[in-house]
Amino acid sequence: MYSNKYVKATNVNKAASIIADAEDGKFLAGGMTLIPTLKQRLASPDLIIDLSDCKLTGIEDEGASIRIGAMSRHVDVAESVLVQNAIPAIANLASQIGDRQVRNRGTIGGSLANNDPAACYPSALLGLGGTIHTQNRSILAEDFLTGMFETDLEEDEIIIGISFPKPDKAAYVKFPNPASRYAMVGVFVAKFSDGVRVAVTGAGEDGVFRASNIEAALDESFKANSIIDGLVSADNLMSDIHASAEYRAHLIGEMTRRAVIACG
Amino acid sequence: MLTVSMNVNGNSATHEVPDNTLLVTFLRETLGLTGTHVGCDTSQCGACIVHLNGESVKSCSLFAAQADGAKITTIEGIADGDTLHPMQQAFHENHGLQCGFCTPGMVMSAIELVTKNKNLTERDIREGLEGNICRCTGYHNIVKSIQAAAEKMS
Ligand SMILES: Cc1cc2nc3c(=O)[nH]c(=O)nc-3n(C[C@H](O)[C@H](O)[C@H](O)COP(=O)(O)OP(=O)(O)OC[C@H]3O[C@@H](n4cnc5c(N)ncnc54)[C@H](O)[C@@H]3O)c2cc1C
Ligand code: FES
Ligand code: FES
Repeated sequence: MYSNKYVKATNVNKAASIIADAEDGKFLAGGMTLIPTLKQRLASPDLIIDLSDCKLTGIEDEGASIRIGAMSRHVDVAESVLVQNAIPAIANLASQIGDRQVRNRGTIGGSLANNDPAACYPSALLGLGGTIHTQNRSILAEDFLTGMFETDLEEDEIIIGISFPKPDKAAYVKFPNPASRYAMVGVFVAKFSDGVRVAVTGAGEDGVFRASNIEAALDESFKANSIIDGLVSADNLMSDIHASAEYRAHLIGEMTRRAVIACG
Repeated sequence: MLTVSMNVNGNSATHEVPDNTLLVTFLRETLGLTGTHVGCDTSQCGACIVHLNGESVKSCSLFAAQADGAKITTIEGIADGDTLHPMQQAFHENHGLQCGFCTPGMVMSAIELVTKNKNLTERDIREGLEGNICRCTGYHNIVKSIQAAAEKMS
């Protein structure tokens, strides 16, 4: 590991001003992505700014949506009765991330800021059409997720919370990579009164994406057998040692069918 | 350098360490508690699992500074004198280890699993061990050990 300094910020504005003064600062949330990255010398920030004392936890019911504090850990979301009642698909998604130790540390804000193409939460953000709140502004899912490991966040911008509109029904089903537990393919299906949204993670060359022809098929008829073979093309899907683009296309169809069934 | 203070297995420990010291390095090298192991570089194996304020965490993926003020329990801190913790005793009786490298992490992970959840099925236990890798046993006797300990601990 390269050497770095460590500070704990006591509020968001202080954290933002500390990073503005640093040469190459990085915010630290749960550290479940950042610390392994540092250990492998894939990043070399000179300053780590720990957000854990910035009071960014808490989950609230906002009526038509729920709002989850950025520093809520995966275990907090998975075990939240509020989330389980309002949008059970999110609690279920959080309970499937990594392993118990990762869920005891990793946070929703860290996961979304990182926008790993195989991460679970980006599919919930896009599938539900959620909104990211920072200390400066609110950003719609589509504008926030700009590509693989890329977001619209400025260098000194901190996610403070995320709002998710409540759907009529929703479900997340993933095919985990057997070694890493990340999604080889994960599909988030959300049915709203004005239409169905389907977001796919783990498969797209540019990260999470909405599968418009699946959405159209489910708008027509919200049934598992609406997802016919050949509906999902392998174009623009990732091919790697874990799975070919064609296999991922197949998995998208299958995970979607399972998600529709799970919606009940 | 910064000063970190924590309670480890009931003893307070305050030391000045480089800012980027990992918790596992603090435990093993600063405090000499080498029961906590390091088995990977990717946060996947779980050999380094300890309890931080009662919750299991991978001590290789946490700065010591993040544990400042916390209560840490390692494998060295769970026996009662010469009497093994029921989870340790169950691993001993059920042949839950071969080389023993993964065992400290398995035991610490399993204690949290059993403490937090009642009436665990075999499947719950297998899923609960997602964060622990064993290269020797094939897991069967680890699962048996945890089932046996769960009965004693309930
Ligand atoms: C073994 C293992 C298995 C995993 N499996 C999965 C899985 O199945 N699915 C999945 O989705 N993820 C998985 N993960 C990743 C895990 O969910 C991480 O917790 C998550 O991606 C990052 O969250 P964090 O809180 O740990 O962030 P950190 O690692 O602390 O930070 C990640 C990045 O986000 C930035 N950041 C953090 N918080 C904020 C904020 N509030 N505002 C702005 N920027 C911020 C940091 O600067 C950093 O660049 C796994 C990780 C491990 C180690
Ligand atoms: S050493 Fe492998 S997970 Fe910590
Ligand atoms: S007993 Fe050898 S790694 Fe588990």
